[in-house]
Amino acid sequence: MVSPNPEFFNELTAAGAGDVKLCFQCGTCTAGCPSGRRTSYRTRKLMRMAQLGLREEILNSEELWECSTCYTCVERCPRQVPIVDIVISLRNLAVAEGHMYPNHKNTAKNFSKYGHTVPVKDDITALRESLGLPGIPPTVLASDKAKADLDKILTVTGFDKITSE
Amino acid sequence: MAKYAFFLGCIAPLRYPGIEKSTREVCKALDIELVDLDDASCCPAPGVIRAFNKKTWLAAAARNLALAEQKGLPIMTICNGCYGTLFDAAHELNGNPEALKEVNEVLKEIGMEYKGTTEVRHFAEVLYNEIGVEKIKEKVTKPLEYQVATFYGCHFLKPSAIKNLDDPENPHILDDLVEATGAKSMPRQQKMLCCGAGGGLKAAFGDVAMKFTQTNLENMQASGAKYIIDVCPFCHLQFDGSQKDLGFNMPVLHLSQLYGLAMGMSEQDLGLSAHITPVVL
Repeated sequence: MVSPNPEFFNELTAAGAGDVKLCFQCGTCTAGCPSGRRTSYRTRKLMRMAQLGLREEILNSEELWECSTCYTCVERCPRQVPIVDIVISLRNLAVAEGHMYPNHKNTAKNFSKYGHTVPVKDDITALRESLGLPGIPPTVLASDKAKADLDKILTVTGFDKITSE
Repeated sequence: MAKYAFFLGCIAPLRYPGIEKSTREVCKALDIELVDLDDASCCPAPGVIRAFNKKTWLAAAARNLALAEQKGLPIMTICNGCYGTLFDAAHELNGNPEALKEVNEVLKEIGMEYKGTTEVRHFAEVLYNEIGVEKIKEKVTKPLEYQVATFYGCHFLKPSAIKNLDDPENPHILDDLVEATGAKSMPRQQKMLCCGAGGGLKAAFGDVAMKFTQTNLENMQASGAKYIIDVCPFCHLQFDGSQKDLGFNMPVLHLSQLYGLAMGMSEQDLGLSAHITPVVL
């Protein structure tokens, strides 16, 4: 048995996903979803589960992470439900409870370490130089001060909790 | 002369520097002045970092927007992901005193403030809307008679309600841009199908992402296209990196690289050695 949790709606609203209430379950989203064609992710079902407050079922689900954020559903939704924003908000709640795939954690760690989602590679640095570009791009990678500023933002907003083991 | 703060992102400078190089050269040829957005970070990525912690995502994006604001310049991106994040963040913050106040509480910690004035543009859209296809044609010194598949990706045009660039289901601006070089954009089925890489799918469910890519490649091949032209380094990475395993062999070029070629850049300057699917021109 699943147990609906009406309080979840308040939590969703606080997370910026309150507009899920606008969904009237027509299924246009699922019909056009390229991920749904290839996985068990069903957009309409996820929206209904959110409306009903099936919190644990959603936050533990693999399907929550199978949306590629392509916005096809958002473009076609007759109720203008911000579906991708809702998926993102639900993912935030899942991550806050420690649900995170190892490769996603690696991406988060790269962002913390480099200020970029991918690491610097020697062969690319050499290629950059051969093209007349600075070996290290003029981003946060080239400035300790800028990196320290970004680090501070990550700490203040609680991102370090995500990247710690 | 149009002038922009050049936002590099991650994949272009750190995996396909030829895209960065070509963009710089093409902009020079088209009298677009690019000023490096020094100290910028990852946008941060809309499908992963935003999915992990929206507060971090918005504050780090606001820092990037504020860096451009300090220069008094609009941002130009060469990546749909960066465009998605920075456009969305600016949309959320600009003209919204409450949201600005909240994000500035964070930026205050590093002695910065975002006033909410930065405009965010995408390279392809700047070329189409600010330069125009006719002026681009004048700059083509080496017409390219390629049959190509144009790949818009998702976050260039969508969500269209806030971007308003083109019809998100049946667009034409990238096709027009590509055909300005003499190339032919081949019509195909499911042209707007996602590459599969976005939303953290490539990292967590690479096999699912590959299924999206495979359908795209099959439709591209059936259309008679010989090259793939994209406007996003992440789609670029997905198509370039996956073909060997999927048994396809269509060279992948970012629009800036196609334009670089058409405007007389040497093949060497396109940085093609970073490509995994060999580029034979």
